[in-house]
Amino acid sequence: MPLITVDSVSHSYGPGGGQVLADVSVTLSEHRIGIVGGNGSGKSTFARLLNGLVVPSSGRVTVDGLSTATQGREVRRRVGFCFTDPDAQIVMPTVREDVAFSLRSSDLPKADRALRVEEALERFGLAGLGDHPSHLLSGGQKQLLALAAVLISDPDLLVMDEPTTLLDLRNSRMIGEVIASLEHQVVLVTHHLDMLAGFDRVLVFDEGRLVCDDRPDAAIGRYLELLT
Amino acid sequence: MNGLGLYVPGCSPIHRLPAGVKLLVLVLVGVSSLFIRGPVAITVAVAIALALYLVAGLGLRLALRQVWPLKWILLFIAAFQWWARGWSSAVDVVGVIVLLVLLAALVTLTTRTSALVDTLITVCRPLRLVGVQPERIGLALALGIRAVPIVAGFSAQIRDAQRARGLTSSPRAFAAPLIVKSLRHADALGEGLAARGLD
Repeated sequence: MPLITVDSVSHSYGPGGGQVLADVSVTLSEHRIGIVGGNGSGKSTFARLLNGLVVPSSGRVTVDGLSTATQGREVRRRVGFCFTDPDAQIVMPTVREDVAFSLRSSDLPKADRALRVEEALERFGLAGLGDHPSHLLSGGQKQLLALAAVLISDPDLLVMDEPTTLLDLRNSRMIGEVIASLEHQVVLVTHHLDMLAGFDRVLVFDEGRLVCDDRPDAAIGRYLELLT
Repeated sequence: MNGLGLYVPGCSPIHRLPAGVKLLVLVLVGVSSLFIRGPVAITVAVAIALALYLVAGLGLRLALRQVWPLKWILLFIAAFQWWARGWSSAVDVVGVIVLLVLLAALVTLTTRTSALVDTLITVCRPLRLVGVQPERIGLALALGIRAVPIVAGFSAQIRDAQRARGLTSSPRAFAAPLIVKSLRHADALGEGLAARGLD
């Protein structure tokens, strides 16, 4: 499992904006890590730290010793990221082309690439939709496409920022099952607390601070307390 | 099912033609359209274009849907040309526009975006010498095609929202949120591209 270290990180967006993360330090190496917190608690920013989409105003983030500030490109090669809105990361107009897009700079021969793309479509329940226009997929299928496109480049770590927030219950459950079946290390930001059952560790954010870091039931209990 | 000229899978001879050939023919017809004059020539040319839709297995309805959104513009151009230069000029200009739109849509309807992108990258390769990255141009094309249904979706959402609030649609009340939504999407897409290793 890759080792993620977050070392006394604070962050604010621009000089006028308030602090969205305040002095967060944590080391993560577990297989399943959950992140919960209210809107504006800093959890999305925290997720974006892990692949260098956000470089902190102060402090340091490393993934397996690589600094997100100076080696962002290498970090992003190892850290796959899924957004809440899959439209943000679907680049190509059809399903197969979008999955293949992730392999554009790989040195695999063309036939091998095509084979891997078909395998990925099969694995994520998109077989038969290869030529389907991406914009006509259902929300759940779009999220599956985003996942397939991220995982085909074989990252060591998968960070997901509320991947089920826009989905109905059935699709949320399906995405939850897909996530549970992955061998990858996963950092999951979510409001769906039942997805965190069986996780190794859950972090709770509140107003930019890491207020709890514990096993799921204890952490979720603390999170629910914060709401009252 | 689509009036946006997006790829329809198939295995007709036109589908199987290399993207480069189709684009080259399109350019050649575009250039030579300066010499397509008179009702007979125009009719024959448009008939050939429609026949190509049938060869591609797309049907005439889909052909009509490519041109239909242009109806008001075409009507305006026809009226203006008739008034300024007579009816024969009106037929020529409108006929050539219809012909080129039909053929251009035929190319995108029968060619995968990735094939168009690859062709564009190959064609733009010499631009490397002046510091242009052909891959970036190809990516811009792909994103442009992908943006069409997304922005169309935004405009439908905004119309619904306005109707739900009982507002009559003024152009400004429509354009402002559409631009804001599109720019926000552009930001999100920028993050998405960076996360997928493009930066």
